[in-house]
Amino acid sequence: MIHFVILISRQGKVRLTKWYSPYQQKERATAIRELSSLILTRGPKLCNFVEWKGYKAVYRRYASLYFCMCVDQDDNELEILEIIHHFVEILDRYFGSVCELDLIFNFHKAYYILDEILIAGELQESSKKIVARLIAAQDTMVETAKAEAGSVSNMIAQTM
Amino acid sequence: MNPFSSGTRLRDMIKAIRACKTAAEERAVVRKECAAIRSSISENDQDYSHRNIAKLMFIHMLGYPTHFGQMECLKLIASAGFPEKRIGYLGLMLLLDERQEVLMLVTNSLKQDLGHTNQYIVGLALCALGNICSAEMARDLAPEVERLLLTRDPNIKKKAALCSIRIIRKVPDLAENFLSPATSLLKEKHHGVLIAGVQLCTDLCKVSEDASNHLRKNCTEGLVRILKDICNSPYAPEYDIAGITDPFLHIRVLRLLRMLGHGDADTSEYINDILAQVASKTESNKNAGNAILYECVETIMGIEATSGLRVLAINILGRFLSNRDNNIRYVALNMLMKAISVDSQAVQRHRTTILECVKDSDASIRKRALELVFLLVNDTNAKPLTKELVDYLEVSDQDFKGDLTSKICSIIEKFSQEKKWYIDQMVKVLSLAGNYVKDNVWHALIVAISNAPDLQGYSVRSLYKAFQLSSEQVSLVQVTIWCIGEYGEMLVNNVGVLQVEEPMTVTESDAVDVLESCLTHHSTDITTQSMCLIALLKLSSRFPPSSGRVKEIITTHIGSVVLELQQRAIEFNSIIQRHQNIKSSLVERMPVLDESTFISKRAGSSQANISTEKSNQQLPSGASLKLSNGVAKPAASPLVDLLDLSLDDTPVPTSTSNDFLHDLLDVGLTNSSSSASGTDILMDLLSIGTPVQSNTTPENGSSIKGFNDILPIAKPNTATVQVVDLLDGLASNGSHPGAQSPVHPSIIAYQSSTLKITFSFTKQPDKPQVTQIHATFMNLSSEAYTDFIFQAAVPKFIQLHLDPANSNHLPASGNGRITQTFTITNTQHGQKPLAMRIRIAYKVSNQERLEQGQINNFPPGL
Repeated sequence: MIHFVILISRQGKVRLTKWYSPYQQKERATAIRELSSLILTRGPKLCNFVEWKGYKAVYRRYASLYFCMCVDQDDNELEILEIIHHFVEILDRYFGSVCELDLIFNFHKAYYILDEILIAGELQESSKKIVARLIAAQDTMVETAKAEAGSVSNMIAQTM
Repeated sequence: MNPFSSGTRLRDMIKAIRACKTAAEERAVVRKECAAIRSSISENDQDYSHRNIAKLMFIHMLGYPTHFGQMECLKLIASAGFPEKRIGYLGLMLLLDERQEVLMLVTNSLKQDLGHTNQYIVGLALCALGNICSAEMARDLAPEVERLLLTRDPNIKKKAALCSIRIIRKVPDLAENFLSPATSLLKEKHHGVLIAGVQLCTDLCKVSEDASNHLRKNCTEGLVRILKDICNSPYAPEYDIAGITDPFLHIRVLRLLRMLGHGDADTSEYINDILAQVASKTESNKNAGNAILYECVETIMGIEATSGLRVLAINILGRFLSNRDNNIRYVALNMLMKAISVDSQAVQRHRTTILECVKDSDASIRKRALELVFLLVNDTNAKPLTKELVDYLEVSDQDFKGDLTSKICSIIEKFSQEKKWYIDQMVKVLSLAGNYVKDNVWHALIVAISNAPDLQGYSVRSLYKAFQLSSEQVSLVQVTIWCIGEYGEMLVNNVGVLQVEEPMTVTESDAVDVLESCLTHHSTDITTQSMCLIALLKLSSRFPPSSGRVKEIITTHIGSVVLELQQRAIEFNSIIQRHQNIKSSLVERMPVLDESTFISKRAGSSQANISTEKSNQQLPSGASLKLSNGVAKPAASPLVDLLDLSLDDTPVPTSTSNDFLHDLLDVGLTNSSSSASGTDILMDLLSIGTPVQSNTTPENGSSIKGFNDILPIAKPNTATVQVVDLLDGLASNGSHPGAQSPVHPSIIAYQSSTLKITFSFTKQPDKPQVTQIHATFMNLSSEAYTDFIFQAAVPKFIQLHLDPANSNHLPASGNGRITQTFTITNTQHGQKPLAMRIRIAYKVSNQERLEQGQINNFPPGL
């Protein structure tokens, strides 16, 4: 299973973290720190797998962001690389040519997308189209709900 | 409601934080925002709770504490609208983890949401449950999730399946409930549901044997059909990745088939065909294809495959190994480790490529390759492989050297058939990477050298040569020093020269040079310096002409600030100066270190107590391997035996490490703290001064023919005192006039430069075990002592009763005395002699002083 997912910038800033195994706050901070130092110092031609504390960390760099997933020893590393790519392509389709700033200002949306791809550390959906459709449907629901609420509170504000 | 009191929008807050130039600025902004959020929460501001939680999540990602927002998440989850629930669940998953008790409060909301009509809300609940539920929540909500597995909506089904995986992981007992729904999932067409369903079945197999059997019987056919369909399917744009339809499903099905076929011949036979088809048909120019091939090879290795299939798998691995892509090579190395158990011949064929990988620039690949090489070593290829590895050791990176060294050492140890090769390789490794070699490794080398008398000359010469080149490797230096000390004369006289050796002349002064340079080098540590000193002592006996020079070198350390070195220097100096007659026997060649005992001790090194007690028992037999070299060895064995204080007082084992060679090689400087070793008693004795007993002086000169004479002892106490007198280095007071009084003469129990204590004894004839002792204290210094307190401790078999002293003020320069009486009962009268530890505390010009000592010179018969 995937134990956690972290996205870090080239300077080591954390853009997104998702934990599927119980890690305490301090342990999380340590893990992030250690993995960051391991990954950010690796050269470009080296393989995308790092061994860390009995687990394997599979990472890939997309522009200025490193996507890293930590998996068990017996997992298929090449498949995890595919999962990472799957996630990135869906993000790309959603935001339209995604860049790091998109992920910073819309981090909650990135989380929603991740939740449609992985649950409990396992892959949920292999079709990009279906994921996009689900996210779009939920976004529409939020929009309609906001619109309704907006009109109601306007009415209340006017009466006050 | 003031629309302006909500604070900034999320976007603006993020902009503000990113614009901060220093950490302090950022902290200030965050603090302000947190305050606004807190007040908004306490005002129960409904409109902006959504935004507040989003802000809190961002602040949490930066690393600040946000626990005040947890209840707000719960409130959002409990509210009716979809947007609130969505952000509430997200906040829940981010700000909380399964160990927090607050999570339990969500259980009710989750239950309601799991039964909601809006499928997206059900989805949210399942997602949250699947990501962070605890065991109790899992138990509570499992029935709901089971029910949801059977709905029609594929979105819910797949989420429910993955949620069940988490439930099973947390509470394995519930696995049976999910078995039949899981099997029905495998009949679906929707890929998402299939992926989740296959994964659920895999986890069920891992957890429960029954599930495994059930699935094997009923689902194998279905799975093979799924695989066939996607393998042969035409182009499907929705699922296509790099020309392959849904590689994720491929991989998962292959994994489940592996679990089902493992150990079962029938299933394995059934899936042979499809595996062969996948293995040959899949293209391997893209990562997706390689991922599938990798999984396929793993499956072939994991089941009872036909040999044809195995050959296919090994070929694929061979192709991977020579691929230029680092990822593929890494994966291949990983797989080869598993393939060794299946077909080691095939893997051996790739040995050269694997050796190349050990030298790769990529650290991950190097590590994998090294482990693989270690598994490949057998008797035939041990030598060339070791040579390759040692050659690489020279050029390898610092962080890799540690791993590499330990692997090389284990290979050498396991596969060495001749001692000479072993010694050669170890010398090489020590010269290249001595600093990374663990202690027990070079200890083993010493044991081996001591057991190979014909190679000792060769060893010491090779070490000498190696030392000239690489004296910065600490272990090499230590082994060299020990060998030069022990086998110095072999080095100088070219004893036992082998054919392959080049002629070399080493003079005595060269050998002493080596030791001196070690001793004086600035970076040598204390352990090594101590070993140098003892080696010098040995050389002064083996090379009589150099004795003068050795003495000079040792004398320079008499003033050393390190206690251990000072002690050794003083003792050895006095041995050289005054006790030439026993020196040679003191530093005789060590007995051959028993290899089998050493190996068994190393194996049982966790049993500290047992090993030390065993060695303590060995002591009286004279094969005392546990004690320090040279000086203490012969002396300490009778001492420990007769004093018996060590065995009674402190049952705790002596040496700091279980490796007895530590003591042997004079390492282990914390001896002073462990009071139970034989060496220590000797040190204690020496540190007291001269408790000289009167009745032994006449016997002194005649009875010292050699230390071995001391071993068969008639009168224990006399021998003790002889030893003490022999080795006294400090204020030697000369002997007292021999007043050989019949039974119980008075003794000077303790004497230092500032204090003298005399004991006199009276016994009643009908109570042989009871002795009354009158102690007299005399102040030898020029200042008076106040608050004078005398304390004593005795071994367990003795009882002590102290009467109060007559005063606690002791005038200076012996102008007055304090007397104190105490009664001693020796329950083992006649078997064990008296012994006592004393402690005197007093004040001199308002400064507190403490003196301690041990009294071992009680007259016999008490």
